[in-house]
Amino acid sequence: MTTTSRAVRRKSRPAAPPDPARPFLPTTEQIRLLDPAGTPLPAHPDYPAPPVETLVELYRRMVLGRRFDLQATALTKQGRLAVYPSARGQEACQVGAILALRDEDWVFPTYRESMALTARGIDPVEVLTLLRGDWHCGYDPAVRRTAPQCTPLATQCVHAAGLAYGEAYQGRDTVALAFLGDGATSEGDFHEGVNFAAVFKAPVVYFIQNNEYAISVPLSRQTAAPSLAYKGVGYGVPSERVDGNDPAAVLAVLTRAVAHARAGHGPFLVEAHTYRMEPHTNADDAARYRDADEVASWQDRDPVVRLETYLRDRGALDDTTVARVAAQAEEYAAALRERMHDKPTVDPLTLFDHVYAEPTPQLVEQREQVRAELAADQEGAG
Amino acid sequence: MAGMTMAKALNAALADAMLDDDRVVVFGEDVGQLGGVFRITDGLAARFGDKRCFDTPLAEAGIVGFAVGLAMSGLRPVVELQFDAFGYPAFEQIASHVAKLRNRTRSALTAPIVIRIPYAGGIGGVEHHCDSSEAYYAHTPGLKVVTPATVADAYSLLRSAIDDPDPVIFLEPKKLYFASAEAQLPARTEPFGRAVVRRPGTDATLVAYGPAVPVALAAAEAAQAEGRDLEVVDVRTIVPFDDSTIAASVRKTGRCVVVHEAQGFAGVGAEIAARVQERCFHSLHAPVLRVAGLDIPYPAPMLEHTHLPSVDRVLDTVARLQWDDQPDERWVTVG
Ligand SMILES: Cc1ncc(C[n+]2csc(CCOP(=O)(O)OP(=O)(O)O)c2C)c(N)n1
Ligand SMILES: [Mg+2]
Repeated sequence: MTTTSRAVRRKSRPAAPPDPARPFLPTTEQIRLLDPAGTPLPAHPDYPAPPVETLVELYRRMVLGRRFDLQATALTKQGRLAVYPSARGQEACQVGAILALRDEDWVFPTYRESMALTARGIDPVEVLTLLRGDWHCGYDPAVRRTAPQCTPLATQCVHAAGLAYGEAYQGRDTVALAFLGDGATSEGDFHEGVNFAAVFKAPVVYFIQNNEYAISVPLSRQTAAPSLAYKGVGYGVPSERVDGNDPAAVLAVLTRAVAHARAGHGPFLVEAHTYRMEPHTNADDAARYRDADEVASWQDRDPVVRLETYLRDRGALDDTTVARVAAQAEEYAAALRERMHDKPTVDPLTLFDHVYAEPTPQLVEQREQVRAELAADQEGAG
Repeated sequence: MAGMTMAKALNAALADAMLDDDRVVVFGEDVGQLGGVFRITDGLAARFGDKRCFDTPLAEAGIVGFAVGLAMSGLRPVVELQFDAFGYPAFEQIASHVAKLRNRTRSALTAPIVIRIPYAGGIGGVEHHCDSSEAYYAHTPGLKVVTPATVADAYSLLRSAIDDPDPVIFLEPKKLYFASAEAQLPARTEPFGRAVVRRPGTDATLVAYGPAVPVALAAAEAAQAEGRDLEVVDVRTIVPFDDSTIAASVRKTGRCVVVHEAQGFAGVGAEIAARVQERCFHSLHAPVLRVAGLDIPYPAPMLEHTHLPSVDRVLDTVARLQWDDQPDERWVTVG
């Protein structure tokens, strides 16, 4: 075959039709604005770096978030919390997502998002109520525009679609951001939620924190797709992949995703590649499924250090500010420790208060029985 | 109004609720243009627009979960799950979210959602189209479970369900959809939590709900000819359950048979029998008996008549209520 004939053949071939999936596909490389050492990469055409003041605030909340997380893990050791799923290592995602939103936007968190909720300004004691065990949800979800932390995997994905659609239906420009993990993308409700949001053009951002594991099960058991961001394409949902340990990139990508949703273009899906440094919860033994080298390799990609280095190099952060933020974090943890010290009082009679708006006659009877038992116990004790 | 049917009454209830409250939205599979496979939503999309009544993707967990989100935003969703057995994919959303949202959030968020489900058999439907799934829902605290047996109740209970601050599983007996009856709409009947005596009697109480109510009434008519005067109580709302009306009836008659289509084992009839026995022990002349579906997967159409409670089976069971003060032979073991 001569070069001429090849050129002729190429010319005569009809132009390939544009790939209709193209606008929905993620980039092959994760979006990254800072390299792992904190050095800025060349400006990204689609994702301008967030303003430096915002990045300083992101840094501050990440430091507080990490300190909160360490404190919560310590509280499990002291028996103050029943269980705690740590997000250490995922600070860029937990806090970046919150900074991309407005206060009126809705968040649909999972059990993993305690740090995100404190970053949202929710009282840490109220965030930990679920895990301390005095009720299922400690904060007021209606006031905080934050659904109760969701444990049945991916079920919140459909609620976010409904909430976002309902808000738009009533003329409000609220965005809903649903957090989920890599494992949860295998659940049916994830797919139903993304599809509902797409069909009804609901302003939802689906934010997958791919931390490589679902308890012990690695990502390779969840999907054969090139990345989790490919999950959006089949639903006609634009999707993006981001380095989940690059705080600037996470914030930039989510900011664009939120803007896309708010502008009425429907849902957007983001996969952030990150890593959880702690076991699944304090009750898990991660050594059974991953080795120390793997964990150590992620130590070098620490999102807090990465952002701190970048901001210092830019002259946006100095020793004084770093020390001040560290002191704030210590104060935050000390106050939390103090407030979590005493066991909360629980009232068994409240068990009957929130089953129905009006208790059924059967619940009234059962309440009376428990009340009598408690009274008898008191008498016995007294 | 003669020629009224339960299907038309349900349709009217939806339309009137949508008219009265613009937060009410209706959605599900085929409920828009088509008006639902049983035509219960007929004309709603045309009348109220396709934002108030709309088709969804075919995904039941999605439908119910979407309703949860809509309720969180302040709307009053009424969803249709096309058939009883096709509600199962939504069960996680129903049991873990719809039923618990109020409780988890100490009433900060609530789920005033109506989940309409055409249910039960007797229509010659093939498998997966005839289940009586009420026990699954009745076993889940936080849900109300309602099933009408009359045209007026269909209208009134559905209006009450839509107005209710809590989630309601609204089970519509398919078998009764198109039977015509006298009814004046808009009817308002007894509220939730009240059972109703459909036929007064003195000798024994038949407790039934939904599609079993006409069977119990027919049995009572037939028993009359045999010289027994049976009272029929329609439960109407399985949750909240009306212990007092039922106990009052059994205290009066001294005998009780519970009739329902669902499989008997661990069914709602077992709960009712236990409750009656707890409350009426000293008035009972015989154990509380049940006529329920057999403990088998719902059978193929040509065999469903063997499975379903029939007038004859109810009469045979009534005959076993120790009228001659002799122990029930069925339970007497020798040796
Ligand atoms: C429907 C359901 N199945 C199983 C579980 C038990 N479970 C809790 S967390 C978890 C792993 C989830 O992994 P992933 O989605 O990756 O989130 P991560 O915990 O890593 O943040 C499992 C299996 C559950 N909560 N819900
Ligand atoms: Mg994971």
